[in-house]
Amino acid sequence: MDGWAFVGIFVVVGAVLLSVPLILSALLAPRKPNPIKSETYECGMETYGDTRVQFKAQYYVYALMFAIFDIETIFLLPWALAYKDFATIFPLIEMIVFVLILVGGLAYAWRKGALEWL
Amino acid sequence: MIQIPGNDIFIALATWTREIMLSIGLDPAFIEIVMAFIRALLLGTMALLVFMLITWLERKVVARIQDRIGPNLAGPWGLLQPIADGIKAITKEDTTPNGADVTIFNASPIVAGVAALLVYAVIPFGPNPGGECAGAPCGPMAGTEMSIGLFYILAVGAVSLIAVLMAGWSSNNKYALLGSFRAVAELLSYEVPQVLSIAAMVMIAGTMSMTQIVEAQTVPFIFPLFITALVFFISGIAESGRSPFDLVEAESEIVAGYHIEYSGMKFSLFFLGEFVHAFAVCAVVTTVFLNGWQGPVLPPWIWFFIKSFGVFFIMMWIKFTMPRFRIDQLMAFNWKFLVPVSLLNLLVLAVGDTVLKTVGITREASPWVWGMILFAANLVLLFAALWALGRSARKSRLIKRPIVARTDDVKPAPSPVAASN
Repeated sequence: MDGWAFVGIFVVVGAVLLSVPLILSALLAPRKPNPIKSETYECGMETYGDTRVQFKAQYYVYALMFAIFDIETIFLLPWALAYKDFATIFPLIEMIVFVLILVGGLAYAWRKGALEWL
Repeated sequence: MIQIPGNDIFIALATWTREIMLSIGLDPAFIEIVMAFIRALLLGTMALLVFMLITWLERKVVARIQDRIGPNLAGPWGLLQPIADGIKAITKEDTTPNGADVTIFNASPIVAGVAALLVYAVIPFGPNPGGECAGAPCGPMAGTEMSIGLFYILAVGAVSLIAVLMAGWSSNNKYALLGSFRAVAELLSYEVPQVLSIAAMVMIAGTMSMTQIVEAQTVPFIFPLFITALVFFISGIAESGRSPFDLVEAESEIVAGYHIEYSGMKFSLFFLGEFVHAFAVCAVVTTVFLNGWQGPVLPPWIWFFIKSFGVFFIMMWIKFTMPRFRIDQLMAFNWKFLVPVSLLNLLVLAVGDTVLKTVGITREASPWVWGMILFAANLVLLFAALWALGRSARKSRLIKRPIVARTDDVKPAPSPVAASN
């Protein structure tokens, strides 16, 4: 049995397993909506304006940082998998250079204040 | 008496099921599919039973930590409490807020639950016995054996983030939206040290398959990979959104975060997703760092659960003794401490292992010497990192920061505490 085929089956079985209580709940639970009950919950206040508010630019900076670092660190995984078979010291030096570039990038972002929560 | 390969009750049951299906005259390829369905069903049921058990366990433990008794009325020691909770959740009214995006609103609890369940697909509960069981190769004691198991866990672990984002965006509630912003920032950031620690694990183990990682552990990997284990555990707690990293659903700030508008069973499914994910993190830690199923006398799967519950106890302990982080502290802790430390850790491990290899000390030849030397290197790095952390914390406490919220024309009154000092 192929691994991914099992994952596909597991997704289906998991979704069915989790739907059972939802269906039971739909059959058994009371359902009496009224305008006040289905208002947006804001601790008793009436909601004001559009919900999809603008968000802090800092979130965007962190998302950029994540994109840079995650993609670069993903490149380390094939190297790590092949590590056992290395005969010479060269791949190790290459990896050290690569990680030092990452450290340099992190130091640059730190220095520029991209890591501060404003 | 039939000879059972691996001498294990589950393998015996699987062989017996296969034999019954063969005797009816089913096609072997079809039997494989049926067996996969049975495995998936058992795995899902196991995860849900563990979920029920740990909700009870967690309330008992928090009660003891806070000097209370905890649930004790439903059944012996309150053991039936999860069932009572389930009945309560099912019979509660399920509300949908005005202006919600109904399809996404209803789909996200299931996505959260399934994403958490999916991690269990590759976790091995016992050794692969090999050999033939009723005409087919004996299956592994896991959902499936994947050559990229660790990478799969990384990928699937990130799916729960989508569920949080779906819930927050579709609820039409500002608190929910703020909660999902925080969730994205937090979970994305903690993904980076997690990938780095997985790179360290893969480098030392030489494989990504979970079964092979357990078999490669001639010495428990918690010793040579001590910092990696800590970083993975911390980022795992952050990824499952548990305290002290639960500012995604901080009650005192944004009420309940992304699941504020959910009620009844849908709310319970988010709860389920969090707990199942948390236990999955413990299971991965057990597999990768604590020798997995290996142990004397008892059957492998019992050892696996003993170790996983031990790790989960540490998780609960952390949860109930630590206050919640602020978001700036959370981000600073990740980017200014965990990421540099795990990068340095990777360098130390690579250089250390290569040096040891040239001297002739390898994992295969002399595991305990190899493990203890790398453990010592880990401890040196850990104490250096903690010393640097303590120093910078002392420095930052001494700097007088301007108070942003106060305007210049309002002079702060001298504090009576400061005056008395």
